[in-house]
Amino acid sequence: MHEMTITRSLVDITLEEAGKANATKVTSVSIVLGEMSGAVDQSVEFYFELMTRDTIAEGAKINFRKVPNRAKCRKCGNIFKPGGIFWECDKCHSMEMEIISGRELYVESIEVD
Amino acid sequence: MEIKVLRNILDANDQMAEQNRTLLAGKKIMMVNVWASPGAGKTTLMLRTAEALKDKARMAVIEGDVASSIDTVKLMESGVTAIQINTDGGCHLDAGMIHTALLNLPLDELDIIFIENVGNLICPGEFDLGEYKKIIIASTPEGEDKPHKYPLMFTIANACVINKMDLMPYVNFDIDSFTRTVTGMNQGVEMFPISGTRGHGIDKWADWVLKNLVKYRINRA
Repeated sequence: MHEMTITRSLVDITLEEAGKANATKVTSVSIVLGEMSGAVDQSVEFYFELMTRDTIAEGAKINFRKVPNRAKCRKCGNIFKPGGIFWECDKCHSMEMEIISGRELYVESIEVD
Repeated sequence: MEIKVLRNILDANDQMAEQNRTLLAGKKIMMVNVWASPGAGKTTLMLRTAEALKDKARMAVIEGDVASSIDTVKLMESGVTAIQINTDGGCHLDAGMIHTALLNLPLDELDIIFIENVGNLICPGEFDLGEYKKIIIASTPEGEDKPHKYPLMFTIANACVINKMDLMPYVNFDIDSFTRTVTGMNQGVEMFPISGTRGHGIDKWADWVLKNLVKYRINRA
Protein backbone atom coordinates (compact mmCIF):
# COMPACT_ATOMS: atom_id res chain seq x y z
CA MET A 1 0.00 0.00 0.00
CA HIS A 2 2.82 2.46 0.76
CA GLU A 3 4.11 1.88 -2.78
CA MET A 4 1.83 4.69 -3.88
CA THR A 5 3.61 7.18 -1.60
CA ILE A 6 7.00 5.76 -2.54
CA THR A 7 6.23 6.01 -6.26
CA ARG A 8 4.86 9.56 -5.90
CA SER A 9 8.23 10.58 -4.39
CA LEU A 10 10.11 8.58 -7.01
CA VAL A 11 8.28 10.40 -9.83
CA ASP A 12 8.89 13.80 -8.16
CA ILE A 13 12.62 13.12 -7.79
CA THR A 14 12.87 11.81 -11.36
CA LEU A 15 11.17 14.85 -12.89
CA GLU A 16 13.11 17.26 -10.68
CA GLU A 17 16.51 15.75 -11.60
CA ALA A 18 15.57 15.53 -15.29
CA GLY A 19 14.47 19.17 -15.17
CA LYS A 20 17.79 20.24 -13.63
CA ALA A 21 19.58 18.56 -16.55
CA ASN A 22 17.22 20.14 -19.12
CA ALA A 23 16.36 16.66 -20.35
CA THR A 24 13.58 16.14 -22.88
CA LYS A 25 12.99 12.48 -22.13
CA VAL A 26 13.63 10.08 -19.25
CA THR A 27 14.33 6.59 -20.57
CA SER A 28 15.03 4.75 -17.35
CA VAL A 29 15.21 5.13 -13.59
CA SER A 30 17.43 2.95 -11.39
CA ILE A 31 16.40 2.40 -7.82
CA VAL A 32 17.93 0.41 -5.00
CA LEU A 33 15.64 -1.60 -2.76
CA GLY A 34 16.79 -3.36 0.38
CA GLU A 35 15.24 -6.73 1.11
CA MET A 36 13.60 -5.36 4.28
CA SER A 37 12.14 -2.30 2.58
CA GLY A 38 8.89 -4.04 1.70
CA ALA A 39 8.15 -2.20 -1.55
CA VAL A 40 6.75 -4.48 -4.24
CA ASP A 41 8.24 -4.02 -7.75
CA GLN A 42 5.08 -4.64 -9.72
CA SER A 43 3.15 -2.24 -7.60
CA VAL A 44 5.81 0.50 -8.03
CA GLU A 45 5.79 -0.12 -11.80
CA PHE A 46 2.02 0.10 -11.92
CA TYR A 47 1.86 3.45 -10.10
CA PHE A 48 4.88 4.78 -12.01
CA GLU A 49 3.15 4.17 -15.32
CA LEU A 50 0.02 5.98 -14.11
CA MET A 51 1.83 8.90 -12.50
CA THR A 52 4.20 9.61 -15.40
CA ARG A 53 1.51 9.83 -18.09
CA ASP A 54 1.92 13.04 -20.12
CA THR A 55 5.29 13.79 -18.52
CA ILE A 56 8.78 13.42 -20.00
CA ALA A 57 9.14 10.24 -17.97
CA GLU A 58 6.22 8.50 -19.67
CA GLY A 59 7.32 5.04 -20.82
CA ALA A 60 10.53 5.09 -18.75
CA LYS A 61 11.69 1.72 -17.51
CA ILE A 62 12.45 1.15 -13.82
CA ASN A 63 15.55 -0.89 -13.03
CA PHE A 64 15.38 -2.42 -9.58
CA ARG A 65 18.61 -3.30 -7.85
CA LYS A 66 17.82 -5.55 -4.91
CA VAL A 67 20.11 -5.53 -1.91
CA PRO A 68 19.90 -8.63 0.29
CA ASN A 69 19.90 -8.52 4.08
CA ARG A 70 23.44 -8.73 5.43
CA ALA A 71 24.58 -8.82 9.01
CA LYS A 72 27.89 -8.94 10.81
CA CYS A 73 28.09 -11.29 13.77
CA ARG A 74 28.97 -9.37 16.92
CA LYS A 75 30.68 -12.47 18.37
CA CYS A 76 32.87 -13.82 15.56
CA GLY A 77 32.73 -11.08 12.92
CA ASN A 78 31.34 -13.40 10.23
CA ILE A 79 29.23 -11.69 7.57
CA PHE A 80 26.08 -13.61 6.79
CA LYS A 81 22.62 -13.30 5.33
CA PRO A 82 19.87 -13.30 7.95
CA GLY A 83 16.29 -13.91 6.89
CA GLY A 84 13.26 -16.12 7.36
CA ILE A 85 13.61 -17.93 10.67
CA PHE A 86 17.42 -17.72 10.52
CA TRP A 87 18.41 -14.60 12.40
CA GLU A 88 21.63 -16.08 13.71
CA CYS A 89 25.24 -16.34 12.57
CA ASP A 90 25.70 -19.28 10.21
CA LYS A 91 29.15 -19.98 11.71
CA CYS A 92 28.94 -19.59 15.49
CA HIS A 93 25.12 -19.44 15.82
CA SER A 94 25.22 -16.28 17.90
CA MET A 95 22.04 -14.24 17.53
CA GLU A 96 23.82 -10.96 18.16
CA MET A 97 24.37 -9.10 14.95
CA GLU A 98 24.78 -5.72 13.39
CA ILE A 99 22.62 -5.21 10.30
CA ILE A 100 24.82 -3.87 7.51
CA SER A 101 22.43 -3.90 4.56
CA GLY A 102 18.84 -4.57 3.60
CA ARG A 103 17.22 -1.25 4.53
CA GLU A 104 18.11 0.65 1.32
CA LEU A 105 15.48 2.68 -0.48
CA TYR A 106 16.98 5.25 -2.83
CA VAL A 107 17.20 6.48 -6.42
CA GLU A 108 20.61 5.63 -7.81
CA SER A 109 20.48 7.28 -11.23
CA ILE A 110 18.28 8.23 -14.15
CA GLU A 111 18.96 7.85 -17.85
CA VAL A 112 17.81 10.82 -19.93
CA ASP A 113 17.96 12.18 -23.48
CA MET B 1 23.01 10.38 -20.65
CA GLU B 2 23.14 8.99 -17.13
CA ILE B 3 22.54 11.30 -14.19
CA LYS B 4 23.73 10.13 -10.77
CA VAL B 5 21.01 10.89 -8.24
CA LEU B 6 21.63 9.03 -4.96
CA ARG B 7 18.63 10.44 -3.16
CA ASN B 8 16.51 8.64 -0.62
CA ILE B 9 13.19 7.96 -2.32
CA LEU B 10 11.35 9.37 0.67
CA ASP B 11 13.44 12.53 0.55
CA ALA B 12 10.44 14.89 0.71
CA ASN B 13 9.08 13.07 3.76
CA ASP B 14 12.50 13.17 5.45
CA GLN B 15 12.75 16.94 4.94
CA MET B 16 9.33 17.43 6.50
CA ALA B 17 10.35 15.14 9.38
CA GLU B 18 13.35 17.40 9.99
CA GLN B 19 11.02 20.40 10.11
CA ASN B 20 8.92 18.61 12.73
CA ARG B 21 12.09 17.82 14.69
CA THR B 22 13.14 21.49 14.65
CA LEU B 23 9.67 22.68 15.66
CA LEU B 24 9.59 20.26 18.60
CA ALA B 25 13.17 21.01 19.68
CA GLY B 26 12.19 24.69 19.94
CA LYS B 27 9.35 23.72 22.27
CA LYS B 28 11.44 21.06 24.09
CA ILE B 29 8.79 18.43 23.34
CA MET B 30 9.86 14.80 23.00
CA MET B 31 7.93 12.90 20.30
CA VAL B 32 7.64 9.11 20.35
CA ASN B 33 6.42 7.07 17.38
CA VAL B 34 4.44 4.00 18.49
CA TRP B 35 4.21 1.03 16.10
CA ALA B 36 2.23 -2.19 16.43
CA SER B 37 -0.14 -4.46 14.59
CA PRO B 38 -3.89 -3.76 15.02
CA GLY B 39 -5.11 -4.89 18.41
CA ALA B 40 -1.69 -5.15 20.09
CA GLY B 41 -2.72 -2.59 22.71
CA LYS B 42 -1.47 0.79 21.53
CA THR B 43 -4.40 2.79 22.89
CA THR B 44 -4.41 0.88 26.18
CA LEU B 45 -0.69 1.61 26.56
CA MET B 46 -1.40 5.29 25.89
CA LEU B 47 -4.09 5.35 28.57
CA ARG B 48 -1.84 3.59 31.10
CA THR B 49 1.06 5.87 30.24
CA ALA B 50 -1.10 8.96 30.75
CA GLU B 51 -2.07 7.66 34.22
CA ALA B 52 1.56 6.94 35.11
CA LEU B 53 2.84 10.30 33.87
CA LYS B 54 0.10 12.32 35.52
CA ASP B 55 1.70 15.13 37.56
CA LYS B 56 5.11 14.25 36.03
CA ALA B 57 4.79 15.24 32.37
CA ARG B 58 2.09 16.69 30.14
CA MET B 59 1.35 14.41 27.20
CA ALA B 60 -0.75 14.33 24.06
CA VAL B 61 -1.49 11.58 21.56
CA ILE B 62 -1.72 11.88 17.78
CA GLU B 63 -4.02 9.03 16.73
CA GLY B 64 -3.54 7.54 13.29
CA ASP B 65 -6.28 5.29 11.95
CA VAL B 66 -7.57 4.40 8.52
CA ALA B 67 -11.04 5.49 9.64
CA SER B 68 -13.05 6.47 12.75
CA SER B 69 -12.16 8.44 15.85
CA ILE B 70 -12.99 5.70 18.37
CA ASP B 71 -9.53 5.79 19.98
CA THR B 72 -9.38 9.58 20.17
CA VAL B 73 -12.75 9.66 21.90
CA LYS B 74 -11.55 6.96 24.32
CA LEU B 75 -8.44 9.01 25.18
CA MET B 76 -10.29 12.30 25.49
CA GLU B 77 -12.90 10.73 27.76
CA SER B 78 -10.01 9.86 30.06
CA GLY B 79 -8.76 13.43 29.97
CA VAL B 80 -5.85 12.84 27.56
CA THR B 81 -5.21 15.52 24.93
CA ALA B 82 -5.63 13.73 21.60
CA ILE B 83 -5.98 14.57 17.94
CA GLN B 84 -7.17 12.26 15.19
CA ILE B 85 -5.66 11.71 11.76
CA ASN B 86 -7.70 9.56 9.39
CA THR B 87 -5.63 8.26 6.51
CA ASP B 88 -8.70 7.25 4.43
CA GLY B 89 -7.21 3.93 3.43
CA GLY B 90 -3.54 4.90 3.82
CA CYS B 91 -1.45 2.32 5.64
CA HIS B 92 0.92 4.69 7.46
CA LEU B 93 1.33 8.23 8.72
CA ASP B 94 3.76 10.55 6.96
CA ALA B 95 5.67 13.56 8.25
CA GLY B 96 3.32 16.03 6.51
CA MET B 97 0.28 14.64 8.34
CA ILE B 98 2.16 14.91 11.63
CA HIS B 99 3.14 18.49 10.84
CA THR B 100 -0.52 19.47 10.43
CA ALA B 101 -1.41 17.68 13.67
CA LEU B 102 1.41 19.45 15.54
CA LEU B 103 0.11 22.83 14.40
CA ASN B 104 -3.25 21.92 15.89
CA LEU B 105 -1.94 20.88 19.30
CA PRO B 106 -1.31 23.22 22.27
CA LEU B 107 2.48 22.88 21.98
CA ASP B 108 3.22 25.36 24.75
CA GLU B 109 1.42 23.11 27.20
CA LEU B 110 3.09 19.80 26.34
CA ASP B 111 6.19 17.79 27.27
CA ILE B 112 5.64 14.56 25.34
CA ILE B 113 3.72 13.66 22.18
CA PHE B 114 3.04 10.03 21.34
CA ILE B 115 2.11 9.14 17.79
CA GLU B 116 -0.14 6.12 17.69
CA ASN B 117 0.67 5.02 14.16
CA VAL B 118 -1.68 3.02 11.95
CA GLY B 119 -1.78 -0.64 13.06
CA ASN B 120 0.68 -2.19 10.62
CA LEU B 121 4.09 -3.85 10.98
CA ILE B 122 5.37 -3.03 7.48
CA CYS B 123 4.81 0.42 6.00
CA PRO B 124 5.19 2.79 9.00
CA GLY B 125 8.81 1.63 9.37
CA GLU B 126 9.83 3.52 6.24
CA PHE B 127 8.53 6.92 7.33
CA ASP B 128 10.51 9.19 9.61
CA LEU B 129 7.98 11.47 11.31
CA GLY B 130 10.47 13.62 13.20
CA GLU B 131 10.29 11.54 16.38
CA TYR B 132 13.02 11.21 19.00
CA LYS B 133 12.28 7.55 19.78
CA LYS B 134 10.49 4.73 17.99
CA ILE B 135 8.81 1.98 19.96
CA ILE B 136 7.15 -1.23 18.89
CA ILE B 137 4.49 -3.16 20.79
CA ALA B 138 4.17 -6.90 20.25
CA SER B 139 1.46 -8.78 22.12
CA THR B 140 1.75 -12.37 23.29
CA PRO B 141 -1.22 -13.78 21.25
CA GLU B 142 0.52 -12.66 18.05
CA GLY B 143 3.25 -15.26 18.59
CA GLU B 144 7.01 -14.88 18.91
CA ASP B 145 7.70 -15.10 15.17
CA LYS B 146 6.78 -11.50 14.30
CA PRO B 147 10.38 -10.17 14.26
CA HIS B 148 11.25 -12.86 11.69
CA LYS B 149 8.28 -11.97 9.52
CA TYR B 150 8.54 -8.18 9.78
CA PRO B 151 12.19 -7.52 10.60
CA LEU B 152 12.59 -3.88 9.53
CA MET B 153 10.65 -2.29 12.38
CA PHE B 154 12.06 -4.66 15.00
CA THR B 155 15.62 -3.83 13.90
CA ILE B 156 15.19 -0.06 14.27
CA ALA B 157 12.90 0.39 17.30
CA ASN B 158 14.46 1.89 20.44
CA ALA B 159 12.19 -0.05 22.76
CA CYS B 160 9.95 -3.09 22.46
CA VAL B 161 6.91 -3.47 24.70
CA ILE B 162 5.59 -7.01 25.07
CA ASN B 163 1.94 -6.57 25.93
CA LYS B 164 -0.74 -8.98 27.22
CA MET B 165 1.67 -10.79 29.52
CA ASP B 166 -1.40 -11.79 31.57
CA LEU B 167 -2.43 -14.05 28.67
CA MET B 168 0.83 -16.03 28.73
CA PRO B 169 -0.78 -19.14 30.32
CA TYR B 170 -3.27 -19.35 27.44
CA VAL B 171 -1.17 -18.60 24.37
CA ASN B 172 1.88 -20.03 22.67
CA PHE B 173 4.49 -17.35 23.14
CA ASP B 174 8.11 -18.21 23.81
CA ILE B 175 9.22 -15.00 25.48
CA ASP B 176 12.88 -16.07 25.75
CA SER B 177 13.11 -16.82 22.06
CA PHE B 178 11.32 -13.56 21.20
CA THR B 179 13.62 -11.51 23.44
CA ARG B 180 16.78 -13.21 22.10
CA THR B 181 15.69 -12.53 18.51
CA VAL B 182 14.82 -8.86 19.05
CA THR B 183 17.85 -7.99 21.19
CA GLY B 184 20.05 -9.93 18.75
CA MET B 185 18.93 -8.07 15.64
CA ASN B 186 18.76 -4.73 17.40
CA GLN B 187 21.59 -3.83 19.76
CA GLY B 188 20.46 -1.43 22.46
CA VAL B 189 16.72 -2.07 22.22
CA GLU B 190 15.07 -2.12 25.64
CA MET B 191 12.40 -4.70 26.41
CA PHE B 192 9.31 -4.02 28.55
CA PRO B 193 6.98 -6.95 29.32
CA ILE B 194 3.67 -5.46 30.48
CA SER B 195 0.00 -6.12 30.90
CA GLY B 196 -1.88 -3.08 29.70
CA THR B 197 -5.23 -4.23 31.07
CA ARG B 198 -3.82 -5.16 34.51
CA GLY B 199 -1.29 -2.36 34.67
CA HIS B 200 1.70 -4.66 35.29
CA GLY B 201 5.11 -3.38 34.19
CA ILE B 202 3.85 0.13 33.41
CA ASP B 203 6.05 1.75 36.08
CA LYS B 204 9.27 0.56 34.41
CA TRP B 205 8.01 1.63 31.00
CA ALA B 206 6.99 5.08 32.32
CA ASP B 207 10.44 5.44 33.94
CA TRP B 208 12.05 4.80 30.54
CA VAL B 209 9.84 7.50 28.98
CA LEU B 210 10.72 10.04 31.69
CA LYS B 211 14.42 9.14 31.59
CA ASN B 212 14.39 9.80 27.83
CA LEU B 213 12.57 13.09 28.29
CA VAL B 214 15.38 14.23 30.61
CA LYS B 215 18.02 13.03 28.11
CA TYR B 216 16.22 14.74 25.23
CA ARG B 217 16.11 18.04 27.09
CA ILE B 218 19.74 17.91 28.23
CA ASN B 219 20.79 17.40 24.61
CA ARG B 220 18.77 20.45 23.57
CA ALA B 221 19.59 22.76 26.47
